[in-house]
Amino acid sequence: MFTTPATAGEHAAASVRAGLTRQDRDVAGMAMLATLLFTTLVTLFILVALLAQVIGESSSLLGERGVDFVTSPIGSDPDKIGVWSGLYGSIFIGVFVVLVAIPLGLAAAIYLEEYANAKHRLTRLIMVNIRNLAGVPAVIYGVLGFILFTQWLEPVTNGQSVIAAGLTMALLVLPIVVITSMEAIRAVPGSLRDAGFGVGASRWEVTRDHVLPYAAPGILTGTVLSVARALGEAAPLIIIGAITGLLPETSLTGKFTAIPILIYQWTGRPKPPNSEFAFTESAAAAGLVLLVIVLVFNASAVLLRNRFEKSRVGS
Amino acid sequence: MLTVADLQGSSKQRNRERTMRVVVQGAAVVTMVVSVLIFFVLARGAYTFLDEIDWDFAVLSDLGWFPRRSRFDLRTILVGSVVMGGVAMVVAVPFGLGAAIYLSEYAPARVRKVVKPVIEVLAGVPSVIVGYFVVRFIAPEFVSKIFDPTHDRNMLAAGVGIGILVIPIMASVSEDALRSVPNSLREASYGIGARKINTVLRIVLPAAVSGLVAAFIIAISRAIGETMVAVMAGGFDGSGPYSGAWPTNPGLTMTTAMTNAVGGTDQDVGGAPFQVLFFVGLILFTITLLLNVIGDRFVNRIRQQY
Repeated sequence: MFTTPATAGEHAAASVRAGLTRQDRDVAGMAMLATLLFTTLVTLFILVALLAQVIGESSSLLGERGVDFVTSPIGSDPDKIGVWSGLYGSIFIGVFVVLVAIPLGLAAAIYLEEYANAKHRLTRLIMVNIRNLAGVPAVIYGVLGFILFTQWLEPVTNGQSVIAAGLTMALLVLPIVVITSMEAIRAVPGSLRDAGFGVGASRWEVTRDHVLPYAAPGILTGTVLSVARALGEAAPLIIIGAITGLLPETSLTGKFTAIPILIYQWTGRPKPPNSEFAFTESAAAAGLVLLVIVLVFNASAVLLRNRFEKSRVGS
Repeated sequence: MLTVADLQGSSKQRNRERTMRVVVQGAAVVTMVVSVLIFFVLARGAYTFLDEIDWDFAVLSDLGWFPRRSRFDLRTILVGSVVMGGVAMVVAVPFGLGAAIYLSEYAPARVRKVVKPVIEVLAGVPSVIVGYFVVRFIAPEFVSKIFDPTHDRNMLAAGVGIGILVIPIMASVSEDALRSVPNSLREASYGIGARKINTVLRIVLPAAVSGLVAAFIIAISRAIGETMVAVMAGGFDGSGPYSGAWPTNPGLTMTTAMTNAVGGTDQDVGGAPFQVLFFVGLILFTITLLLNVIGDRFVNRIRQQY
């Protein structure tokens, strides 16, 4: 006859408990986490190294010349050159993006979200087309701008001018403006629209008085990001024909340049034998100016978004 | 009695409604016009180029890219684009995907709140500044010290720089894909006793695979279309011999060939060395368009799934 020992139950309980609470090192899991942490840290380190390089190489030049570097025109003497000509071009490129790409992109987004029948074939075609436009390389927009704005529309732009550059950049960021605005408009609750229609408002009135104010923070964020993108692009400007050598005066209709073009040019130039500073130091300083502008834009976009979102929850 | 006329609003309101509809519809049509114009400009110029070279396709396979000597060897610029794009993906996939998996599956909310904006900042860094960074730091201090190439500026250094530009795209599209995997899958996996690593590797990643493929394809498309880093750090600024596919050699990309076509005096001279801008542009446009369309398909697939 078989009998179970009195301790069998205790043994079983103990072994199950041990199995569940065993301090088994999860070596594979820890290696995985270590690898992921490493890749993330390297990604962050790249940004730190980039900032350190830009600040490090520009510090002595900016320390000695300071504001003089920002207000001086371009030229051939690295001890005297500055970013003013480029800053002028970049500012007006930003202005054209705000004046052209934002209204156009916002209107297209309003049509696609508020007016168009999303299932209609034409609507779907427009949406696919916008997503593809967002993926077209910047240099291709340069080719388009070169033909469209410096040749066909020469009476308007006066050829290779900052107007042509600004309009080209406006087309470049147009798909980004449309996509971010559409996302912002889509996030507006449908009940808001229904309430508007319910009291007899027309579609445009609902859009203007309810949808757009509610979506404004998101639209604004997309707007600011697209301006930042336009300010940093260089490739289309090379195709359009930005000036790299001498630019005695800056004007809307004359020859132009922009900060990214200056960085590109100065990075590749050797140091003249008798000068105090190297061209690469000017490139770093111009890079710092551009980084500050672009990062201020990016940061303010994020802050704006957070602030509006907070106040909306409170209201 | 209430009639339709009472409900349709004032004629002023209806007129404004009609105008606004036309205005916003017109804006949407403009985006289509942009696409048509891009294609028209490129196709017309490409045709002019082929006319300039008298449809002599031999010059398109004559070794080396020397537009001024009528040698337009497509292999030189295609191989350059593929090699630099390949190096870029070798950099961007592990770091971009690693950061995405960490942020989506492992990072505590507090860490995520800090790391994600920093990666977004990296995405906002203009490519010309990355080009400067490669020329002044990555190439001399990193690539040249490890691989000892004959020139500081080469396809490897440029590829690493393009990779840095592509990391944030890879990271953000992958993270979106991973986060769209429903939590019920993770919970089911933990419920049958799987560990975190098995849950991530065998459940989450396979479930997100079409989104990850999309991230990969979109990243390749960006890498091939990137211009400034290839121009500044690639080694050849506009013309050069076919130097093989070995990454430490200098090389030319399609984008470099395009920027060079308008450089210097060619723009005034015109002819084939200038018109090649459109021909190469059309090839580049077609390649990136195909990649984007395929990538878009994969993005839609993961959206439909969950």
